[in-house]
Amino acid sequence: MHMADALISPAVGGVMWAATAGIAAYSIKKIQSDLDDKKIPLMGVMGAFIFAAQMINFSIPGTGSSGHLGGGLILAILLGPYAGFLTMASVLLVQALFFADGGLLAFGCNVFNLGFFPCFIAYPFIYKIILNKGYTSGRILFGAMLAAILGLQMGAFGVVLETVSSGISELPFRSFVMLMQPIHLAIGVVEGLVTAAVVTFVWQARPEILQKTAMGQALGNLSIRKVITGLAIVALLTGGALSWTASTYPDGLEWSMARTAGVEELELPQGLHQVMAAFQEKTAFLPDYSFRSAESEEETEPAAAEAPWPAVSAGTSVSGLVGGSLTLMLAAATGIIISVFKRKEKLATINKA
Amino acid sequence: MSNISNTLYNMHALDEHADTKTMLHSIHPVSKLLVTMVFLLVVVSFHKYDLSGLLPLVFYPLVVSSLGDVPFRLLFKPMLLTAPLLVGIGIFNPILDQSIAVVFCSVSISGGWLSFLSILLKGGLTILAALLLLATTGMDRIAFALRMLYVPRLFVLQLLLTYRYIYVLLEEFGRIWNGYLLRAPGQQGVGWQVWGSLTGNMLLRSMDRAQRVYEAMRLRGFEGEYHPGGTRPLTLADIGYMAGWVLFFTTARYYNLPALLGQLVTGGIS
Repeated sequence: MHMADALISPAVGGVMWAATAGIAAYSIKKIQSDLDDKKIPLMGVMGAFIFAAQMINFSIPGTGSSGHLGGGLILAILLGPYAGFLTMASVLLVQALFFADGGLLAFGCNVFNLGFFPCFIAYPFIYKIILNKGYTSGRILFGAMLAAILGLQMGAFGVVLETVSSGISELPFRSFVMLMQPIHLAIGVVEGLVTAAVVTFVWQARPEILQKTAMGQALGNLSIRKVITGLAIVALLTGGALSWTASTYPDGLEWSMARTAGVEELELPQGLHQVMAAFQEKTAFLPDYSFRSAESEEETEPAAAEAPWPAVSAGTSVSGLVGGSLTLMLAAATGIIISVFKRKEKLATINKA
Repeated sequence: MSNISNTLYNMHALDEHADTKTMLHSIHPVSKLLVTMVFLLVVVSFHKYDLSGLLPLVFYPLVVSSLGDVPFRLLFKPMLLTAPLLVGIGIFNPILDQSIAVVFCSVSISGGWLSFLSILLKGGLTILAALLLLATTGMDRIAFALRMLYVPRLFVLQLLLTYRYIYVLLEEFGRIWNGYLLRAPGQQGVGWQVWGSLTGNMLLRSMDRAQRVYEAMRLRGFEGEYHPGGTRPLTLADIGYMAGWVLFFTTARYYNLPALLGQLVTGGIS
């Protein structure tokens, strides 16, 4: 069950789409530089395999329930992180188009939660490191379990963050986290066990498959990974810790504005600027770089002179209700009229022939 | 695994429907793709309490499914699939949000209920839009549209191959599953003793097949390129289709059409 469009805001959807597109573009570049054409059919068939494998019910002994495979980790192990990420993206796209399992706007979120975390974090930083010393069934089990559990925890946390920052669902952060994380812990355990079982089987039956991908990663990619890791850590530190020390004084631009025009921000001219500013205000999910908190909204309400949204008055409600019903009736009527016309057309063509 | 035949049927049905010849099917796939994305953005951008403003957007799936001759039963099942998620998360809204939003005939409706209904309506609209895109366009033409929008060839090729091989692998897995059932009757799912070997065998078979597919493609001249079989330029009809719907969506977004309509009617009556 992937994230639906109805639960995210356009801003969150857009940001995650951009992030996913960026990672996908980077992955494509990485694959193309060391691609032999054989990888394309392999990625395609592996995508189909994961799609089919997701339908398998793995019955858990003693509980009477069953678990399912996500597949991100297996794909990373068999194809490498870049190809694995792209394959996961194509599987999710087919699911979104054919089964509406995951929205098209939420596609970026879903690929990020189910592709980025297993392929670019769980696989290289957990699984690979544990398996660095060589394959044994114990290490495979431990590596797969830890990577699957942590990868799924991160994915679930991603879902929570995306939903809460969209503001459509009223679930508060803490309750949602306490709902999602334990469920995905159980799912992660099943995924880890199944992944370990499959990898162990492949390692015993055809070890060359695993060795090939392992070797491919060891050549030439390590330095770039270190660089990216380093940058990511620096970014987190700067954003997280150092932002506490951010100055409350006006920045350079605001300071110069205050000096010259007497105000820190210009009043927007009428027309397009106002419209765009209103759009931005509505869609910004981190206004002024903080979470949109209920308290700040309450503070601004007494200051606002306009009526609270929506206007609570019987008159507006009646016309709204009338208008709403009329709209629905019009829509249904349009649909019926079109199908009547089409039927007449079909009968006419049949009669002609 | 028992729903393999259902899955195959649904996929076939939707994709075969894309080969129907209606006016809508002859519109350029890029137009339909862009209209769908704009529709999704607009639907999702409505305020959580704005239920009436969302209603005019129902026109889009109704008109498209009528013009495209898409049978309702094809669209209904996937909606049922996603409904539990939306209800499961949305039902907390009436519980957590008790602020009064609307008073009608001395019945006060809380914001929570409005936002819950809004989630359900948005969910229905977005799901229908995605399914209708596929039903009126088909996977091959969507891939063509993606390529025209500069999505890298590698991803488009790989997407098409995944799609094609889903049919092939699902049929093969259906046979493996039947074989397993005949040897281990009364199982609800795959027993833990064979988690590794059953899935592992499926995996190895898939990889061997991938090798054969690659060799077959090479023998037929595959060099890593994607040739969709000729380009198709946008016509005036395609641009008109896009412009018309985008105009309607933006109007519905910025003006509460049902409220205006209602005011017109009730103002006319009184």
